[in-house]
Amino acid sequence: MTTIEHTGIEHDQRAVLFGDGTVGSFFSAVADWATSTDHKKIGRLYAGFGMLALLGVAVIGALLGLERTDANGYVLPEDSILQLFQLHRVGLVFWVAIPLTLGAAVAIVPLQVGARAIAFARLALTGFYAWLAGTVLTIVALAGNGGIGGGNAQMVDLFLAAHGLMILGIAATAGCVATTVLTSRVPGMTMRRVPFFSWSALVQALALLIALPVMFGVLIYLFVDARNAQLVFGGPLGIGNWIGLFFDTPVVYIYAIPVAGLLAEAMPVAFGRRHPMRQVVFAGLALIGVAALTGATLQNDFATTFNGDGASVVKHLVVLAFFVALPLLGGVITLATAAMVAKPTGDAKPSIRVISPLLFGLLGTLMLLLGMVGGVLVDLSDLELAGTVFGEAATVFVTFGAALGGLGALIMWAPKLWGMQIPEKKVLPLALLGTLATVLAAGPHYVAGFTGQDGDVGVYMGDGASTALNGIVLVGYALMVLTVLGVAGAIATSRGKGDQNANPWCAHTIEWSTTSPAPADNFAAMPTVKSAEPELDQTPEGSPS
Amino acid sequence: MTLALPAGPSPAPRRQIFVGTALAGVAATMMMGGMLAVWALIRQRAVDAGERFPVKFIIPEVATNVMLITIFALCLFAQWAVYSARRGDRSHTGLALGVVLVLGIAFINAQAFVYTQMEMPLAGSGYATMFYAITGTMIAIVIAGLVYTVVAAFRSLGGRDREYEVISAHAMYWYFTAAAYAALWFLVYVTK
Repeated sequence: MTTIEHTGIEHDQRAVLFGDGTVGSFFSAVADWATSTDHKKIGRLYAGFGMLALLGVAVIGALLGLERTDANGYVLPEDSILQLFQLHRVGLVFWVAIPLTLGAAVAIVPLQVGARAIAFARLALTGFYAWLAGTVLTIVALAGNGGIGGGNAQMVDLFLAAHGLMILGIAATAGCVATTVLTSRVPGMTMRRVPFFSWSALVQALALLIALPVMFGVLIYLFVDARNAQLVFGGPLGIGNWIGLFFDTPVVYIYAIPVAGLLAEAMPVAFGRRHPMRQVVFAGLALIGVAALTGATLQNDFATTFNGDGASVVKHLVVLAFFVALPLLGGVITLATAAMVAKPTGDAKPSIRVISPLLFGLLGTLMLLLGMVGGVLVDLSDLELAGTVFGEAATVFVTFGAALGGLGALIMWAPKLWGMQIPEKKVLPLALLGTLATVLAAGPHYVAGFTGQDGDVGVYMGDGASTALNGIVLVGYALMVLTVLGVAGAIATSRGKGDQNANPWCAHTIEWSTTSPAPADNFAAMPTVKSAEPELDQTPEGSPS
Repeated sequence: MTLALPAGPSPAPRRQIFVGTALAGVAATMMMGGMLAVWALIRQRAVDAGERFPVKFIIPEVATNVMLITIFALCLFAQWAVYSARRGDRSHTGLALGVVLVLGIAFINAQAFVYTQMEMPLAGSGYATMFYAITGTMIAIVIAGLVYTVVAAFRSLGGRDREYEVISAHAMYWYFTAAAYAALWFLVYVTK
């Protein structure tokens, strides 16, 4: 009923419509991609635009780093600074972290659960276009002096409406991903046997569906208020007080959940053995999703001080522990259980293959954890980090960690998406470069936060050390530009070449049983699974758990 | 190395529309819940400041109470459509969905009546913008439900009456909507 069967007829019709020449082929390909209900194409559209946005956001981050190399004056035009900071923050979250992780989920999850298509494929495509339109309109609004504190009332309205459009699109697509995992699993795949990456995508989708509608509701208030009375929500300057938490820790953790899923997925593959603690990993990934409750409750004040009376300290610590530390615990559990895969069992010594998805997943998760630790520290009032660049850096760690996870997922499942494995010698260094870029782009601001450098402003109280730290940040963003270009180049230059093996990683889950690239309907014949690692069961050393 | 797995039966998607509607219902509930929470917060601030909330407008409470009864009655008829569809009774399914449509329109009509009776300019006060924002969102949710009803009715009357999953999902949507309106009614129209 809602499953869309693909045939070759659509392609033939387009060939008739556009002709067989070069121009005709181009328009035919554009029409094919623009109207496709194949989840692999929709996912790649999301991820492709996410990579493009990462490039743009990294350039903006570098410009802001340049701006901050002069503590007392403006390097860039003064009246553009506010909008550049907003482009950077909105971009990190809504244009980079979400599309890269959600796009990877759209492309991969139906394959992993053995579905022929994503649930509500047309809705998923519509969601992509809504997100894209919202993205473009947000850029237009910020370019026209809109946004938080913007001076152009119409552009402020447009900024709010564009955010609503982006949220609608993301929520629609997240709903499709969640429905696919919940309803379209292959026979024999109980929820306990769902692959880790798909589980993380499910947790992320549900977290988005819990948190983002609340932001949408607030945006409705802000939009109506901004267009009329401006008496309740503070007009353009008040917008940040109401929706700012969705661009900050701990809500941003939910945008990065799939990076931990990628780590859990890649670790057993790298060691060629089953994961010994599947249910604990599921719990760990779900705990990261607790961060969604912060958005759902519009809770943005977790300031905790140890200078009050005992009861007050305990009360604040409990709130901090639930909303901010519990997701951190989830991340730590995921990392710790991944390490359990490497634990020797009996006489068998574990041997590891260092594969690029593992590196992207592991380093991306470490970046996420660094951001989460920062998220806890920034709420400890005694450290006086609130309002400094420390909080900004925590968001960069998390979102760039998410980006690394999204890129790693594309590289891992490239055989199914593009029909080839990207040579490891091309992408392994890029995982290290991306991590170095993240550390340099965010790490110096962790240090600068302790010196009291104000966040989200171009002019601040600082000395030579501060400007030097901001110079390092500039280098970090420049390296991130190189990382994105490197990954895009590796994908582009590897197409049509290399190993077309159905399972080049010797991975364990069901999507590796289909051909590379996967056909439009994913599987020629639908298999039945009897364990969480059906492909491993087929090997001489594997046996169903 | 390609490792072929034994072919199994082709799986039918399991209640995709039902689960998808449930997720949409959760999202809509979160949205309305968030808006109501903000309403309660702003109201509390106004009360703490010694102001009235609303300032001077009188809400026609009879109409809002009738809206509550209407939306619960609507759920009853949506469930009747499910009952009929499960028994392959196309005529009663169509009749029930038709009544749902009429009651939904009546709900919107009552909301329009509330607006006209209150005579509250949109730009007149902070209360007005919040009131129109939250009740307007509720109307949008009801309109989406009516579109859902029309689609379900077309499918049923078009001969797909054995596929009652859509009718079940449709009824669930209205349950979510009724719950959302009940909360709105209590906070916006009763406690004000």
